[in-house]
Amino acid sequence: MDITNEEINRVPQVLGNKSFKEVTEIISKPAETKAPKWWFIGLVGSMSLAALLFSLIGYLIWDGVGVWGLNNPVGWGFAIVNFVFWVGIGHAGTLISAILFLFRQKWRTSINRFAEAMTIFAVICAGIFPGIHVGRIWLAYYLFPIPNSMAMWPNFKSALLWDVFAVSTYFTVSLLFWYVGLIPDLATFRDRATTKIKKIAYGIFALGWNGSNRHWLNYEKAYMILAAIATPLVLSVHSIVSFDFATSNLPGWHTTIFPPYFVAGAVFSGFAMVLTLLIIARKIFGLEDLVTIRHLENMNKFILATGTMVGYAYAMEFFMAWYSANQYEAFAFINRAFGPYAWAYWIMVSCNVISPQFFWFKKLRTNIHIMFIISIFVNIGMWFERFVITVTSLHRDFLPSSWDYYIPTWVDIMTFVGSFGLFFTLFLLFLKYLPIISISEVKGVMDIADPHHYDDHKEEKS
Amino acid sequence: MTFHGYLCEVDNPKDLIELSKKVRDSGYIKFDTYSPFPIHGIDKAMGIPASVLPWLSLTGCIIGLTCALTMQIWMNGIDYKIPLSGKPYISLPAFIPVTFELTILFTAFFTVFGMFGLNKLPTWYRPIFNNASIKRATCSGFFLSISTLDNNFDETKTRLFLEKCGAKNIERILD
Repeated sequence: MDITNEEINRVPQVLGNKSFKEVTEIISKPAETKAPKWWFIGLVGSMSLAALLFSLIGYLIWDGVGVWGLNNPVGWGFAIVNFVFWVGIGHAGTLISAILFLFRQKWRTSINRFAEAMTIFAVICAGIFPGIHVGRIWLAYYLFPIPNSMAMWPNFKSALLWDVFAVSTYFTVSLLFWYVGLIPDLATFRDRATTKIKKIAYGIFALGWNGSNRHWLNYEKAYMILAAIATPLVLSVHSIVSFDFATSNLPGWHTTIFPPYFVAGAVFSGFAMVLTLLIIARKIFGLEDLVTIRHLENMNKFILATGTMVGYAYAMEFFMAWYSANQYEAFAFINRAFGPYAWAYWIMVSCNVISPQFFWFKKLRTNIHIMFIISIFVNIGMWFERFVITVTSLHRDFLPSSWDYYIPTWVDIMTFVGSFGLFFTLFLLFLKYLPIISISEVKGVMDIADPHHYDDHKEEKS
Repeated sequence: MTFHGYLCEVDNPKDLIELSKKVRDSGYIKFDTYSPFPIHGIDKAMGIPASVLPWLSLTGCIIGLTCALTMQIWMNGIDYKIPLSGKPYISLPAFIPVTFELTILFTAFFTVFGMFGLNKLPTWYRPIFNNASIKRATCSGFFLSISTLDNNFDETKTRLFLEKCGAKNIERILD
């Protein structure tokens, strides 16, 4: 038996006594029917924004980082803020697919595919920013240990290089994890394909999967090992991202609380983004029986827990600034809350600390409208958290004569907006062409999938 | 047309486990079962030994760990020394993050491609795909096949045996 609370909480994972065939049909429906009008409108919109992103990247490379609003003390602006924002969003996917898998949280099966896809697209968006932030983009290969004519190697003692390895490993492992999970479902799509093109396209990526139990044996083992290694990975990646800040000697950045604080923040923002997208998708595709209120409620509990952790970290930073008796540290935090960027700080606190507290009430955390609004607030708040950490710590440094106020330019803002275009382009394509819920895993957690379901004593009971 | 074996169907996971047990106990080895999701306990019912995949993953893990440490020690400690922040040239604590990431990366590669290797994926053509009914194995069907390569296989006896065990829709696998 699993050590879950299933005995006391017997809410079925799939509602409405569905058969295996019905589950397949519900999940395959978006990919097999003609795309609705909003999908085309959304795709055109997102693709235009993505085109904007790439044009602005071209403009940046052509003209140099001067097109951004960076100034002398604030050398890290939107690019780093957006990088941490996107990579943080990516963390929920691996958390849901790996950590909840290891804890045998069966409710994850309805949302893990969705969250993993989101992870991959968010990490793609994240990877763009440090890539274009290097200034001379044609020298970006310096980031990798590639033998070159200068006989020079990268500096492995730098947190920025750790980040290169962390993010690229994270992307690769997430992609492999996602693809391994997709193989059986791609085979389902291949076997249901009505046109030759679909059959060939899904067939190539399904690799000839036929549901053989000799294959399932190795497959399940591989999935388990991937989950086991992705768990420390997801914790390490955002810890390493936080090292970018924490290993510097800057007040406001140089704190040991950063790794756990960043990981909690990443999970918090990721769950909020999954929730935002899931609420829309389940409504549009009629997945209410597979993604039930219980799934959403569980996610809200995560948001409440991690939001409270983040709030605790904010408070603890202030406590440490005072307790350390370091006047630079104290100044950095007083400046954060009451200085020129106080507006950003209080947006962050209201969105991240106050708004999730509504989820203490069952009525509110099971209300679709309320949770949608709060998830949007959390998305906004978590972007501001990174803005506050990056900009307020930099803009008033050790020399008051060089203090300055950072204002992003239109290029900064539109590049960020454009990254949403790229994210949603990939996401809409995913919604249309791939199984958005893991078909085989959902079937695996249904009551009728359990061989003991057919035992005699079970039948007497029901 | 080559004859590759028999394919038959049952109604649910429990029947598949029971049929597998019967097939296994009758001495068949080269048989397989197909289902839309992995069935709990079917490996024992089929008599398949545990997967060797964890050993492949461990190999990847050790290779990743060794490569990462050797690379960093050689690059920063021997070939191109960078005097930095008072740390020794070979500073193991500073090398740990990259070592950890590469260990995970190599383990993941060995796990995924090891699984592909053990399952002989990709194999886009298998004779069983000629049977239209197997398409349901990725949706709602539960199937069992016995290969002609099995020593106990006999064209008529195996068919009778499957019928006796209650298997339905017995088909020949041809290509």
